[in-house]
Amino acid sequence: MTTVTSEETMRTDYTSRLKDHGGLIALAVILVFNIIVTPNFLQTQTLAVNISQVATIAIVAMGMTLVIATGGIDLSVGAVMALSGALAPLVFLSDFGQAYPVLGLIAALLFPLLAALVCGLFNGIIVSVLKVQPIIATLILFISGRGIAQVLTNGNLQTFSNPEFSYLGTGKILGFPFQGWLALAIACLLFWVVNRTIFGRYLLAIGGNERAARLAGGPVRGVKIGAYVICSVLSGLAGLIVVAINSASDAARNGNLMELDAIAAAVVGGALLQGGKAPIFGAILGAVIIQLVKYTLLANGVEDEVALIAKAVIILAAVYIQQARKE
Amino acid sequence: MAPLLTMTGIKKHFGGVPALRDASLEIEPGEVHALIGQNGAGKSTLIKILTGLYRRDEGEVEFAGAPSHLSSPRGAQNAGIATIYQELNLVPLRSVSENVVMGQEPKSFGFMINWPEAHRRTREILSRFGIEIDVTAPLGSYSTAIQQLVAIARAVSMDAKLVIMDEPTSSLDSSEVEILFGVVRELKSSGVSVLYVSHFLDELFQICDRVTIMRDGKTVGCREIVDTKKLDLIAAMLGRNTDEIEAEGLTELAGGSAAFDEVVLDVNHVATGPRLSEFSMSLHRGEIVGLGGLLGSGRTEAARSIFGLDPLTSGTLRLNGREFKPAEPSEAIRARIAFLTEDRKAEGIVPDMSVRENLTLALLPSLRRNGQIDREREKELVGEFIRKLGIKTSHMDQPIRELSGGNQQKVLLARWLATKPDILILDEPTRGVDVGAKREIQAIIRTFVDEGHAVILISSEFEELVEGANRIVVMHEGKSVSELTNPGITENALVRALAHHEDATP
Ligand SMILES: Nc1ncnc2c1ncn2[C@@H]1O[C@H](COP(=O)(O)OP(=O)(O)OP(=O)(O)O)[C@@H](O)[C@H]1O
Ligand SMILES: [Mg+2]
Repeated sequence: MTTVTSEETMRTDYTSRLKDHGGLIALAVILVFNIIVTPNFLQTQTLAVNISQVATIAIVAMGMTLVIATGGIDLSVGAVMALSGALAPLVFLSDFGQAYPVLGLIAALLFPLLAALVCGLFNGIIVSVLKVQPIIATLILFISGRGIAQVLTNGNLQTFSNPEFSYLGTGKILGFPFQGWLALAIACLLFWVVNRTIFGRYLLAIGGNERAARLAGGPVRGVKIGAYVICSVLSGLAGLIVVAINSASDAARNGNLMELDAIAAAVVGGALLQGGKAPIFGAILGAVIIQLVKYTLLANGVEDEVALIAKAVIILAAVYIQQARKE
Repeated sequence: MAPLLTMTGIKKHFGGVPALRDASLEIEPGEVHALIGQNGAGKSTLIKILTGLYRRDEGEVEFAGAPSHLSSPRGAQNAGIATIYQELNLVPLRSVSENVVMGQEPKSFGFMINWPEAHRRTREILSRFGIEIDVTAPLGSYSTAIQQLVAIARAVSMDAKLVIMDEPTSSLDSSEVEILFGVVRELKSSGVSVLYVSHFLDELFQICDRVTIMRDGKTVGCREIVDTKKLDLIAAMLGRNTDEIEAEGLTELAGGSAAFDEVVLDVNHVATGPRLSEFSMSLHRGEIVGLGGLLGSGRTEAARSIFGLDPLTSGTLRLNGREFKPAEPSEAIRARIAFLTEDRKAEGIVPDMSVRENLTLALLPSLRRNGQIDREREKELVGEFIRKLGIKTSHMDQPIRELSGGNQQKVLLARWLATKPDILILDEPTRGVDVGAKREIQAIIRTFVDEGHAVILISSEFEELVEGANRIVVMHEGKSVSELTNPGITENALVRALAHHEDATP
């Protein structure tokens, strides 16, 4: 009897530890694997490449985490990236942008983000006012957003040379990519929002029990719209970074399949799909894992399609561990 | 005769905090056995250990003559233990039938669920309780009372040796309780044992044979009910002596009948839909107005209309003389109205959030400081309410779902008191709280109105209404039909008033 009991306790401890630290363990495994197997893994060059790529996933995944915390999901993040990425060069390559480079640059940053914000408003309103299922509501922009971006650019690849703008994707501070620092700053800000502000408290309450939150005076609509807006604006920012990295905007590829990466990162980071949890730094951890998995497969010559399957397996495993914990 | 169930020396810790220290329980075949104790004494935990939902740290359980090591509720069901948990574990979005036959669906060809048969069987089971409803509708569309009856019906239909009811009557009114008692007696006469947890001690004397008393995780006594007086039970539960308790009295709601001249709320012919078609009442400063009525008479809907939950289709509300048209609860809250809802689980607690976060949820806008939540003030406030209401929690950051039912209720009451409302709407405020705490809550409500605030009280406990309310507005089929005024209301008068309208409509 007593032995049975202690075994049981051990098992529950074990699963809860897996849940709490599963991400870190997975990260350690991937790192060790790469150090042994992947050539040149421990080089600063590799680190920089990974940081510059993980930043975009992390930035979008943090927004996704907020949306998931309300019990929703946002499929349109990749499309919003494409849209905002397509707009930026259009602005600074325009006559206005050429005539006033500084103003043009500022507009090239603000205007796409504004467009992303409108996308977020659109998603949020459809979800919270028209009460459409989030997965359907955000499907609208998922489909049309990229289409609009391609129409804007006539389906062409736009290349440009604009060092100031490209700083967003190629600049370095203290030897590390600028966008890595940016992601970190955003994480700190969002962590504060989630854990210290009234908005954050309502966000978690709405995900935890929407009816109770509303009855306690929670501005359910406003908070949900807010979550979608933040997610879209962050996606827009990620879109700009991708364009800046490449010094080219390709509306067909920018942010392609980003929704998958972001959801995977959020879930691996500990976001519960039914809502009520918003682990911001978890999302960063999740993004790092996703990026490393991609990199590992790529560096070892595994095909893209297989990488997709690997990602699907990661999501499944993360969701499974979540459920096991709940039992 | 050998007992059906013996539990001895049961211990259970939750993360180092003991919930059960040395609990025991013995039930004879065909016996109706009561289990009582204060909020957090460990009653529900003991039951969950019996049904395998929790694993005991130590102790022995013997059921039907053999040692029992149940590890899942499904296993308990198969062994012949049917349980109605305190927090109903039904699926609100599924139909009534699905909920009733869940786990024992009638099959055709051995694999397909035979729905016509399932509906028929459900109707039959429910008709034992005098419930005639559309069994294909989602369960969540019915009131808490109906849901509770459905849970009970489901349990007693399972052909069990032992039926466990954890506070089955908490949202039932007296006529529904009578129906339930009829079923319990039927079970008893067919040899089934019933374990009955309740804070309504009077009920126990009507149907129970023996009573086991728990205090702070220990079993402190087991008595034949015929040899016991209510006061003894209370004394044993609280661990105090009878004289003290007698001197203090048991209800605290009664009192204050000054002249009420200042109207705070005036409700004029309000309608929100088919369930509330004509509701009028007035509420004065310092007054408690009760809403009386049977199941489905529109009491909860009446409260919802005032709180901005259901838009008015006709009629007007006047608050302090001014027209008032709340479109959202947040507007009602800003106008200093509070609404403690009936369904704790669905509309009250945010289960994963802490006691602290749950308690201050309605208060957030006023805790804002420099753009963030003033954590110091929050902690101070929460600490104060935990003390004032005697909320049993290991610390204020414990998730609320880990609190006992009665303590969750106290947190929710605190949530609303903390907003310092002028008008407090209470839908079953003492639901699931123990006799001691009930008295404290009633005292708090009394102080609250004596300070010049007003209360609208909905309670399926007639005693609470009759003693507490200055007036009772009687509701029937979505209409306010008559009004009784204290002093002078008796339980009989209230029952007559309710029955009168019941008879008047065929
Ligand atoms: N899952 C849990 N985690 C931590 N503590 C728990 C958990 N479940 C119960 N407890 C604690 O165990 C104690 C006993 O709780 P229990 O629910 O058994 O009380 P109860 O007698 O049923 O009270 P009530 O009359 O209010 O329903 C309480 O202090 C409660 O906080
Ligand atoms: Mg209980």
